[in-house]
Amino acid sequence: MEKEKDREQKSRRSFVGQGLKTGLLMAAGGALLAKVFGKPENPKQEETIELMSMDGSLMKVPASAIEHSHETKSNYNPREGFPNRKFVMVVDLAKCRNARKCQSSCNKNHYITGENAWIKIYKMQDTEKSAPYWQPTLCQHCDEPACVKVCPVDATFKRRDGIVLIDNNRCIGCRFCMAACPYSVRVFNWSDPWQGDKAEQTDYTPDYAGVPSQKGTVDKCDFCPHMIDKGELPHCVSACPNDVFSFGDLYEDTVTNGSGQSFKLSKLLKDRAGYRLMENLGTQPSVYYLPPADRVVDFEEGLKNYTEFKSVDKPEGI
Amino acid sequence: MNTAYDQLVNDLAPKKFGWRGNAWMIFLMVIIIAGVYSYIQQLRQGLSVTGMRDYALWGIYISNFVFFVAVSLVGSLITAILRLSNVHWNTPLTRIAEIVAVAAIIMAGLTIIIDMGRPDRMLNLFAHGRLQSPIIWDVIVISTYLVISLMLLYYPLLPDFSILSNYFQKNTRLSKWYGRLSLNWTGTDKQRRIYSSSIQALSILIIPVAFAIHTVTAWLFETTYRPGWDSTNFGPYFIAGAFVAGTSAVIIVMFVLCRVYSLEKYITDEHCDMMGKILVLLCLVYLYFNLNEYMMPTYKSTEEEAVHLRSLFTGQYARLFWTAIIGGLVVPVIVLVFPQGRKPVPLFIVSLAVVLGAWWKRYIIVIPTLSHPFLPIQGVPESWRHYSPTWMEWSITFATLASALLIITLLVRFLPIIPIHETAEERNIVESPLTNSL
Repeated sequence: MEKEKDREQKSRRSFVGQGLKTGLLMAAGGALLAKVFGKPENPKQEETIELMSMDGSLMKVPASAIEHSHETKSNYNPREGFPNRKFVMVVDLAKCRNARKCQSSCNKNHYITGENAWIKIYKMQDTEKSAPYWQPTLCQHCDEPACVKVCPVDATFKRRDGIVLIDNNRCIGCRFCMAACPYSVRVFNWSDPWQGDKAEQTDYTPDYAGVPSQKGTVDKCDFCPHMIDKGELPHCVSACPNDVFSFGDLYEDTVTNGSGQSFKLSKLLKDRAGYRLMENLGTQPSVYYLPPADRVVDFEEGLKNYTEFKSVDKPEGI
Repeated sequence: MNTAYDQLVNDLAPKKFGWRGNAWMIFLMVIIIAGVYSYIQQLRQGLSVTGMRDYALWGIYISNFVFFVAVSLVGSLITAILRLSNVHWNTPLTRIAEIVAVAAIIMAGLTIIIDMGRPDRMLNLFAHGRLQSPIIWDVIVISTYLVISLMLLYYPLLPDFSILSNYFQKNTRLSKWYGRLSLNWTGTDKQRRIYSSSIQALSILIIPVAFAIHTVTAWLFETTYRPGWDSTNFGPYFIAGAFVAGTSAVIIVMFVLCRVYSLEKYITDEHCDMMGKILVLLCLVYLYFNLNEYMMPTYKSTEEEAVHLRSLFTGQYARLFWTAIIGGLVVPVIVLVFPQGRKPVPLFIVSLAVVLGAWWKRYIIVIPTLSHPFLPIQGVPESWRHYSPTWMEWSITFATLASALLIITLLVRFLPIIPIHETAEERNIVESPLTNSL
């Protein structure tokens, strides 16, 4: 039993270490924890857990002090962001075959009911002679965001961890940010979103966009801080069957794809000639693209999924 | 002398509406009520009642807003600039210009609220305003301009209110109101000194603010990266266009009022001639800025600009574009360079064309750019690629235009259209001691 517990603790420790070091003490697998530590073997003695803190040192804390982050959010400030993080994404265009799983997962998890998805897979062709390719495009989470610059009420804002979010409780719906954004990633709620009870009855927080959406305000991709907080990857990253997306931290110089493989960001960008969209505008996006060279998929394969006039599938009868 | 003065006051004092005036008011009210109904629908259902969508994210509300801002600029031209250059022929037109400016700037402010997705959160502009945003600049300059325009309308009215208070002695209520509004104007030397120096100060003050309102409005577009808006020419280009739109708006109001109230003695052919000349000059200046705005990008034809310009010159907006340029600027210039073209009736017709052209020119500035984003338009319904305003949108827009006309009409009903006091002084008609003593 003692051995088993030790092993359990070890694996948990490595999980925490591997997972996103939020700087706040984080425990994982609340249900599991309860199962292991909740056993009344020796009720007098308080259970402790070993955890790794942000600076890498181990510490023991009483189990009762642990909040189960899978169930409750760590209470970081959604306007400030996670301390000491800088989130980036890499999109490997050589792997995208327009499966649209990223889109449907995003649509589902953000309860998108409008006509315009937050992540779109563009059919691109740069010049007449170059081969066409699929380009998944989401909010670029720019470091010099044109949208944030023009917002009159500080409703859209840039966090220290690089994420650009919208406070839908403050947005006045002037749509200036949409005019300013060169990537056309912003979406307006022209009418009531009618997202159903689950989304509408959730307490709104800017770091889980679309839950719920509000009529007359702007929405967009939020880089899924609600998933990061749980130590998981954004919906689009984990939904992609081809590992097109990798997500990670610029400071750690590491990105991880949906299959769990990690790469050194700087090497990846150097080796594969990574670039960012419309770099000449000076917006400094946090999303990097790897050009569609040495493709592992056929462009034609994606054509059967291509819907020029639709990006949000609606359930039948609505 | 006495009779000349009485005659003057009698001519220029505000008059009750006849049946034509009442019919006009009812006509405007019907349009406004229809617009209010549409706006209530818009509040309930959201901006989905408009033709705007994620790509065409701004529509005629914004272009109409730019039009109102443009028209409001004229108050500063006719009153301030001409006043400061010691020109006197324009005295009969100053009040009309100020009234038009006030009506236009009020409606500009309201129109921008109509475009907001969450007008209920308007106070966020003050509670959370960010000085970095051009919208906040617009809020600041428009409210400043509104205050200065109101003062510039009101101050020169003080002696007139006093005159009217005497004139309407039979109607005690009206007389009392005019008396109150005149702030005890008696025409003492001290009052005259304060009066003329404050008008002088306001005239100087309003010019930079007027330039600011339209420059900032241009910056709303210029601060983005979009082809067609990404221009360093936009500020002066908008101001030049604003003078054109405003001047022709004043000519239209002037012509109508002159006919309706038979003011030919005061607003003569000479005034029309002068206004026509000013309009020619302004149109030429504006054409020059248009040349800059479209010629240089065409010469370079960078990828994105070329797509945009092609849609204007030969594409889907070509008809509108060329009609606005030729019908709204080139033809008016050709007509107005001839003395015959500056006679009241042709001048009026030309001004109508210019105002109409000016309205559509703003449409051309705002809308086509939005349909050429940097990334292709994909994954949205086909109808989202083009913008066409809905009837709801039109009815709200017409209501804003009707409201501006209603404000003008109401001000005309209660204010002397032509400054009585100034006209009397210029014509050396002395007030009779009897009225003066009161």
